[in-house]
Amino acid sequence: MLFRSNCSFCHGSDARGGEKGPNLVRDVVVLRDQNGETITPIVQNGIPAAGMPKFALPASDITDIAAWLHSQPLSDRGTPSALDILVGDAKKGAAYFSGPGRCTQCHSVTGDLAGIGGKYEPKMIQNLIVSGSNYGGRRRSAGAAAQKTQPVTVTVTLPSGQRFQGELDHISAFIVALRDSTGTYRSFPRRDTIPTVVVNVPFQWHLDMLPQWRDTDIHDLTAYLVTLK
Amino acid sequence: MKTAALLLMCLSGASSLRAQGLDSATLTKPATDAWPTYAGDYTQRRHSSLTQIDTSNVHNLSLAWVRRLTSGAGGGEFNWFGPPPGPPAITGGVAEEPVNMPGATSGSPRLSGSILQVNGILYVTAPDNAWAMDARDGHILWHYWWKSRGGTHIGNRGMAMYGDWVFFETPDDYLVSLDAKTGAERWHKEISDFSQQYFSTMAPVVVGNHVLVGTGDDLDSPGFLQSFDPNTGDLQWKLYTVPMEKGDPALATWGSLDAARHGGAQVWMPGSYDPETQAYIFGTGNPTPAYTGALRAPRESHTNLYTCSVMAVNVNTGKLMWYYQTSPNDTHDWDATQAPVLVDGPFAGKPRKMVLQASRNGYFFVLDRTNGAHLLTGKYSEAANWAAGVNAAGQPVRDPAKDNTVPGALVSPDNGGATNWPPPAFDPQNGLLYVPLHEIYAMYYLTDKDPRMLVGLGGSEQDYVGGLGSSLVAIDYQTGKVAWKYRMGFGFGGSGLLTTAGGLLFANDGAGSLVALGLQGRNPPAPLWHAQIGSVDNAPETYTVDGRQYVLVAGDGAIWAFSLQ
Repeated sequence: MLFRSNCSFCHGSDARGGEKGPNLVRDVVVLRDQNGETITPIVQNGIPAAGMPKFALPASDITDIAAWLHSQPLSDRGTPSALDILVGDAKKGAAYFSGPGRCTQCHSVTGDLAGIGGKYEPKMIQNLIVSGSNYGGRRRSAGAAAQKTQPVTVTVTLPSGQRFQGELDHISAFIVALRDSTGTYRSFPRRDTIPTVVVNVPFQWHLDMLPQWRDTDIHDLTAYLVTLK
Repeated sequence: MKTAALLLMCLSGASSLRAQGLDSATLTKPATDAWPTYAGDYTQRRHSSLTQIDTSNVHNLSLAWVRRLTSGAGGGEFNWFGPPPGPPAITGGVAEEPVNMPGATSGSPRLSGSILQVNGILYVTAPDNAWAMDARDGHILWHYWWKSRGGTHIGNRGMAMYGDWVFFETPDDYLVSLDAKTGAERWHKEISDFSQQYFSTMAPVVVGNHVLVGTGDDLDSPGFLQSFDPNTGDLQWKLYTVPMEKGDPALATWGSLDAARHGGAQVWMPGSYDPETQAYIFGTGNPTPAYTGALRAPRESHTNLYTCSVMAVNVNTGKLMWYYQTSPNDTHDWDATQAPVLVDGPFAGKPRKMVLQASRNGYFFVLDRTNGAHLLTGKYSEAANWAAGVNAAGQPVRDPAKDNTVPGALVSPDNGGATNWPPPAFDPQNGLLYVPLHEIYAMYYLTDKDPRMLVGLGGSEQDYVGGLGSSLVAIDYQTGKVAWKYRMGFGFGGSGLLTTAGGLLFANDGAGSLVALGLQGRNPPAPLWHAQIGSVDNAPETYTVDGRQYVLVAGDGAIWAFSLQ
């Protein structure tokens, strides 16, 4: 391997920088180069001021090195983490679950969470703990494919006292729309406080917790839930 | 008779020349009958003194015209049942075969930039596309299309104008100048290196005989601001925003020269201008690699200047006048490119010339714009949890536990920030800066333990886990406190704000409507009017044409003009 034997001593075996030489994958000379035309003179002449010696390599070898450099991925932007995220203490997590976390008010390790550790990867479980499986909206969500979320519901009370209830479709300062239990779509104009609109978010506890979480409690809870196989 | 007719023609020709071009004096005073630069004027207050439309009559605001635009070469097919097709595009660009980019080479454009209005003509941009339209009915005068060699086509923030010429940037890194009357290209100049993955979105800003031009990059490349001659397109000066050579005093804030030269601080948003000090004031982007300081900032003193900073440059010399860094060693991709808003007013009992910035990191800053002295720091996002506190210089101090970590850290803001490019608006009547705020949380995971592997925006997985919602906040610049917070839809403010002396604030309501809110001083505003247009994509603007006040907005691939009927 031409790069390893000639270049890696300074630039690292993966060309991403070593003790002396810079990261070549993001280097302007490499980025501008197509087929070795800008890399070749630098390899053949060196950069004495920066301490880079010259190399008596044939042009075809340098072209091969250039091609290998260009084949290196620049960035893993958007690639999910494949690292082991488990650092928490499962015992502390269990204590938090039934103690200060008050998780048992809605959840049960023998009910809705039974076997959750066998269903999902740890990172997914951790994201679900925080989000309460609340996802949607415009942003990429944590495990959208994992679980069906409980819908946000709304109750609309007209001045006449007539009341409509159903799954919230959309809402703004000027309109509220829902689908009732028969699947019928209804929308109502809003003006100031009329009609009365009460939105019910089933995962409200999780929203309220967002500003309060300690990362260690999240990590401990995750460590506990992954044991529920 | 013949001579007289010719003379008449010449005269009318000359007067139409004047009628179409931009008088440079318009740029230095707040315009009411024009929108001649990115934010309407150099202060970026986005406040209009117009009062024709006010809280008492805004309910009568209705559609004057709407015009749908189509990107790419074609002018559109004639259709008996549709509007007349636009003129065929004037084609430019260096690519023989343009890289196909839906929205740029064809289809519906993303109209997220500012629209200039000068002498009754609108100048509109989308990536690779520019149009001139009649402000009275939206009639398309010309359409220019740039054949692109590719690159990130995230948006275009608009044009700048000098005399009879307009200027805009292309995603593949050219500054293009067109004849405003015909759309014919005068010249194009390469402004950054496409092979280093620069991409260019900024609306140029014309100050005197300078066209100020920034660019952007999501890879590890140095940021800079350049000034071009509006006549020739020649480079006048170039100011790097990271140290590029040994001996630069800012180099002490970096782990190495190599790190500094790859350190980011991109200049991708238009700045403000203070004629008194000749200071062009602008914000810089995040350091790169974005998600780890391990190599660029191995020690605490490595703050990575001038990333995430508000900078002032002398517009004539290109020399740095002062700077203030709003996020030392940022590790979350939260730029400080948000509008620097110039305000004159009382502060701590004394009259001051200030610059305000509500930064993407959730903090608000007041600086003395004559010298960059820090006056105040406030926290306008309750949710922001990434900082351990604020230091003696008023800078939030990053909490390393809230970096991207292998086991994951729960952090707010999310990547989009507490606020982002959508411009805020300042209301001089109430002394409040209105800012679109997003209080969203994400789990931030580090995806690689070897910092050498992290390049650009790599190395991070961010999973949305919920939020406290989106709101309009009013920040009192004298105290840094939030005077009120008005809850909006999820996508609220995704395009920017406008205030008027008619007591109104125009905004995207986050649910597809352009909304007019009635301002009520220290009390939250009241929704007074709205128009559901599907999507509101740029910051609303206002001006008069023929003495009639218009509110102009872009959305859903179209330009919409509203006025009182």
